[in-house]
Amino acid sequence: MTIHGLLYIALLFALVLGAAFPLGRYMAAIFEGRIVWLRQVEMCFYRLAGIDAGRQMGWQSYAIALLLLSVIHFGMLYAILRLQYYLPFNPLHIAGMSPRLAFNTAASFTTNTNWQAYVPEQQISNGAQMLGLCVHMFLSAAAGIAAAAAVMRAFTGSGLKTLGNFYTDLTRITLYLLIPGALIAATLLVMAGAPQTFAQAVQLHTLQSGAQPLAIGPVAFQEAIKEFGTNGGGFFNANSAHPFENPNAWTNLLENWLLLVIGFALPIAFGHMVKDKPQGRTLMAAMAIILVLGCVGAYAAEAAGNPQQIAAGVQASGNWEGKEIRFGIPASTTFNVSATGTSTGAVDSFTDSYTPLGGAVPLFLMQLGEVTPGGVGSGFYTIIVFALLSVFVAGLMVGRTPEYLGKKVQAKEIKLAMLGVLILTFFILVGAGFSLVTPSGIASLANGGPHGLSEMLYGWTSATENNGSAFAGLSADTPLLDYGLGAAMLFGRFAFMVPVLAIAGSLAAKPKLAESAGTFPTTGTLFTFLLIGVIIILGGLQFMPADTLGPIAEHFLLYAGKSF
Amino acid sequence: MSKAETISLFDAGIIRRAMLESLAKLNPVTLARNPVIFVTEIVAALVAATGIEALLTHRPAGFSITIAIWLWLTVIFATFAEAVAEGRGRARAESLRRARSDTMAKLLMDPHDRAIFIPTPAPDLRCDDVVLVEAGDLIPSDGEVIEGVASVNESAVTGESAPVVREAGGDRSAVTGGTHLVSDWLVVRITADAGATFLDRMIALVEGAERRKTPNEIALNILLAGLTIVFVIAVVTLVGFGQYSGTRFSIPVLAALLVCLIPTTIGGLLSAIGIAGMDRLVRFNVVATSGRAVEAAGDVDALLLDKTGTITFGNRMAAGFYPVPSVNERILAEACVMASLGDDTPEGRSILSFARDRYGISLATPDDAAIIPFSANTRMSGIDTGGKSYRKGAVDSVLAALGVAPDPAFTESIARIARAGSTPLAVTADGKLLGAIELKDIVKPGIKERFAALRAMGIRTIMVTGDNRITAATIAAEAGVDDYIAEANPQNKLDYIRKVQSEGRLVAMCGDGTNDAPALAQADVGVAMQTGTQAAREAGNMVDLDSDPTKLIEIVEIGKQLLITRGALTTFSIANDISKYFAILPAIFITTYPQLGALNIMQLNTPESAILSAVIFNALIIVVLVPLALRGVKFRAIGAAALLKRNLLIYGLGGIIAPFVGIKLIDMVLGLFHIFS
Amino acid sequence: MIFRELRPAFSLVVLFTLLIGLILPGIFTGAMQAVLPWQANGSLVRQDGQVIGSALIGQNFVGVQYFIPRPSALSPAPYTQATSGASNLAPTSRALLASVQQRVTAYVQAYGPGPVPADAVTASGSGLDPDISLENALRQAPAVAKARHLPAGTVIALVQAMAHHAFLGMIGTDHVNVLKLNLALDQRPVS
Repeated sequence: MTIHGLLYIALLFALVLGAAFPLGRYMAAIFEGRIVWLRQVEMCFYRLAGIDAGRQMGWQSYAIALLLLSVIHFGMLYAILRLQYYLPFNPLHIAGMSPRLAFNTAASFTTNTNWQAYVPEQQISNGAQMLGLCVHMFLSAAAGIAAAAAVMRAFTGSGLKTLGNFYTDLTRITLYLLIPGALIAATLLVMAGAPQTFAQAVQLHTLQSGAQPLAIGPVAFQEAIKEFGTNGGGFFNANSAHPFENPNAWTNLLENWLLLVIGFALPIAFGHMVKDKPQGRTLMAAMAIILVLGCVGAYAAEAAGNPQQIAAGVQASGNWEGKEIRFGIPASTTFNVSATGTSTGAVDSFTDSYTPLGGAVPLFLMQLGEVTPGGVGSGFYTIIVFALLSVFVAGLMVGRTPEYLGKKVQAKEIKLAMLGVLILTFFILVGAGFSLVTPSGIASLANGGPHGLSEMLYGWTSATENNGSAFAGLSADTPLLDYGLGAAMLFGRFAFMVPVLAIAGSLAAKPKLAESAGTFPTTGTLFTFLLIGVIIILGGLQFMPADTLGPIAEHFLLYAGKSF
Repeated sequence: MSKAETISLFDAGIIRRAMLESLAKLNPVTLARNPVIFVTEIVAALVAATGIEALLTHRPAGFSITIAIWLWLTVIFATFAEAVAEGRGRARAESLRRARSDTMAKLLMDPHDRAIFIPTPAPDLRCDDVVLVEAGDLIPSDGEVIEGVASVNESAVTGESAPVVREAGGDRSAVTGGTHLVSDWLVVRITADAGATFLDRMIALVEGAERRKTPNEIALNILLAGLTIVFVIAVVTLVGFGQYSGTRFSIPVLAALLVCLIPTTIGGLLSAIGIAGMDRLVRFNVVATSGRAVEAAGDVDALLLDKTGTITFGNRMAAGFYPVPSVNERILAEACVMASLGDDTPEGRSILSFARDRYGISLATPDDAAIIPFSANTRMSGIDTGGKSYRKGAVDSVLAALGVAPDPAFTESIARIARAGSTPLAVTADGKLLGAIELKDIVKPGIKERFAALRAMGIRTIMVTGDNRITAATIAAEAGVDDYIAEANPQNKLDYIRKVQSEGRLVAMCGDGTNDAPALAQADVGVAMQTGTQAAREAGNMVDLDSDPTKLIEIVEIGKQLLITRGALTTFSIANDISKYFAILPAIFITTYPQLGALNIMQLNTPESAILSAVIFNALIIVVLVPLALRGVKFRAIGAAALLKRNLLIYGLGGIIAPFVGIKLIDMVLGLFHIFS
Repeated sequence: MIFRELRPAFSLVVLFTLLIGLILPGIFTGAMQAVLPWQANGSLVRQDGQVIGSALIGQNFVGVQYFIPRPSALSPAPYTQATSGASNLAPTSRALLASVQQRVTAYVQAYGPGPVPADAVTASGSGLDPDISLENALRQAPAVAKARHLPAGTVIALVQAMAHHAFLGMIGTDHVNVLKLNLALDQRPVS
């Protein structure tokens, strides 16, 4: 570890948090319908789609609209992936995907997971990337943010019957936030060297290796929304490690900033929505503290290097396997930790080859429920669930029925919150535990020993938490993992989101109690650390036994000189 | 205050009975209500079965059997905690039950004819029966006096031995079954069927027989059940992870891990905390109609308090003498004393003591004195002695009697007294106006500090008084209440409560009269006075047997204490998990990966000893915390933020650290006796 | 209830697919092709009218007359530019340790005894890493110079001249683009 490395982490977070304040304010204005500079386009969309922009939806309608749109979009992507051979923009004549891989991929992009069981360069056409994947990157992100906006509205008043209009939320978020942000970022990326062309290959005559094709495509635009919408689905197999996706250290910083900024702006937007800015800042602080600790921890582990390689005569300058020279160790680890602390899942270096503890940090951040700051929207509503649980567990200690922002937290909310926690735990642990005792699961592993366990556990965690990153040695295009992880992604997204919307509906209808000196304070240092404690204890501890047999065991074995 | 006998925390009889009952409570059907302990029981049975199987097949069974014993003890400690709490309630119920002997009631066929009655056993009485109760009788059931005035000894219910007056009409018309008529007779219309009387409900309540879970308790139970399932998943799937890693975990090991991780501490103590909370309330001589009301009391953030008796002493007291210009102050003082010599009211006595303290005047009643008592007609009282007559009374009455226009200076004094919120009395000697006495409402000492404490915990106090606005405002300022309702009547009280509730606050109030009933019903916590009407008692959700309106504050504190205790033990229980990972995980994985011994930061002797120590700690901590659960965590009026910080430090941080110490100590003890080490 | 939502949900999917999937990329690609054609088409490097590679994408070099890039885990051959990816070998992988040991031996053999920079014996994330660390380049320089019959100082100076440096020591690393360095070498007449 060097001071420069730590300064890099500090610089990144200063840039992200500094931008989150104005962006959060702007997003609150979008949610409240005060941003109208594309009113013509917006109105045109509503007219064509038959949307009554003034209609307010209760939580059920909101959830149904969101689910229905997702189902339709899922079906459309499935069709595109199966039929890509016949669709335009397929210069390499890539064949359609198999049904199970198309299912897995459609589930992956509908849920904002962007788990990639396919090899992009070989299995997907430019047309399918543009018309299928890239559109999903906008809409699944917008759907997540819309759900977060709905949850925010629950806290804005007493006896509310509605949570907003899903269609206008989705449209406004896409038009006023995601598209402009993606276009600006994409332009910067092209300037730095990210390609933007409809060609899919360029014929090269390399100096020593002879003629060979170079994979290329409309990379920059997709790359921008891949980070901005915490999607993570790489245009190329190497994801953000690929020089075309991430040409230099500056684009790496930009991409890292992009994938964090909305996540951190959302709590700020929340503060504006509920007219109580410290509430938003407190959530943001809890997210940031965990993530910064994670970045520093992973950086320390990677900077220490691999003791076995050092013993083999390699200079002790950190663990470089799977990392790109142009980024360096601190920026590489920070990128991957950020991408797992958000549910982006993009990587600029390969986590499978990280040191055990360096790899444990991304794994643990996902297990915490993706709240640091999590996926766009989903991270926010998940941390609200944790805030409700924190208030409930510790709030009784001030001698009142726990309340969050004046809304009493009672049996119904706790039931739904625990249901969400259970679904996540179930898919991660049962999925990974089961896969590890089936021959098919074992055959998918690229590495042996405890690292193999980590690979499988990481895969199920990533899918269930809708992250999408991988210990990429895992061969995921098998019936067990295509279907299993596909189901995990769908349940992890929607079977969590619907209970959360139900909580929002229930809280919205409750009276908003006045704040007094007897009210449990949900701002400030104390609550920040309480929230962190609850996220770790309720969100993470159940995974400790499994994690101990994975990365933690591997760490001690690595230093004991064992290999597999 | 509390007249009920205090029951020692560890009364030998209660403990003995609780031990037996804790075994009866092992019935899985009833235990299923408590998911955490239910799971513990299943797991304990499973481990016991493995142990027995090992014994029968002559395999080593010592570890299984030991773990099984401690798991069973965990369950028993939990049921024991509940049994102890119930036992204490039952002990109190016994003393109540003694009052409910099978009296013979005198059932009147015709309510207007007291001569003809049919002796009927009390349990046969129905609602709307009319009975006669005479001196020496026990009142057979709850009812409303429809005729007669009598004094009743209600000590059986309230513990207060001084008899109270019960009469038809008005606010003192309710009688309670099991209480004792001391004098006269009453005709009572029965208002409760047998088994549903106040006394019956009270017995049921303190025994915990009808205990329904309160809203927060239900929510907490869901959280605990959810956590239990989460850890069941974590432990069961460990079989798969273990198989991949080349380990087969034995059932006792997995069982130990599961039971240590699920929140057995709070799961085991949760119902005891609830029962103990009700019990504390009963000890304060307050009976709540439901546990829900006790919780609601903790949530209250606005208290409506009657001025008289709660905020002020209830009696006005002399606070100044104001002579007319031609009269010497001392002469006025003497006249005031003379006029009050025969006045036995608190006001009269306060005039005497004020004169004594301020002017050193202390006069005896002359022998020839003729005392003129206060009459509603003249609204004056006084004394005639030695040919002189002294009078004092309401200013307008006195002026009317004198028939003269008052001196402007006197009018000024009167106005000043009224502005200060006090009551003026005019004093005359031989028909000549001497001056005025200021009678002031005296705020109880310490009440202001009390309100400040309430404010610190976020509770607004609102004074309710029949006084005019000026008087009310003065006293409100002096007592430090946040707001007041002047010229209070049932309607504006009700309006005020609705207004406060619409601002998102929960309101508590107490009341006694029939016309308080709507407000009592509207309030989130309505405390009816035992001396009040049946209507008031039905409308409220608590009854204060001492009829002491000040108690509202204590009730709030008891409610808070109940919630705090639950929260504190939940936090403690969950925080315990961290240390258990460090005790158990290295122990169960060490055969697969000996390098994981590095995680054994407590340096526990052997894997078996580590696991056993964690299980023993997990069981013993329940017993250790029983007194805390029964007594409750002390409530401190220091504001939510400070309270949270304090409790998080003690129960959160303490919950993380304590088991490290405890498990290490147990492991050392096991080592001393060479048990699994 | 569901039927009511069918039209808006379906229409929005179609409208956004048109907007985001066709219209925007069309306009954006057109604009970028017009304004930044070199970057938008892959930063291609031409020599004698032939496209020999991309300035951003690494390609394989063997032998001491060229600076050699980092190991690449791509198949069928290192630096197969139609694909990308990493070795994904675990830190405790016996296979990884074996290749590292082998690479260390080869490196010391080629460039003489001395420290072995980590990037020279570990595979990159993309398998297409265009760069090597400055340290690695300087370590190779004398051998390259010797093979090309150049004074070591000339090659070292060339490496130094072509090196990128970390901005404020924070952003990026000190490194050299292998393709550009080798092209520069080729343009230098052999003495």
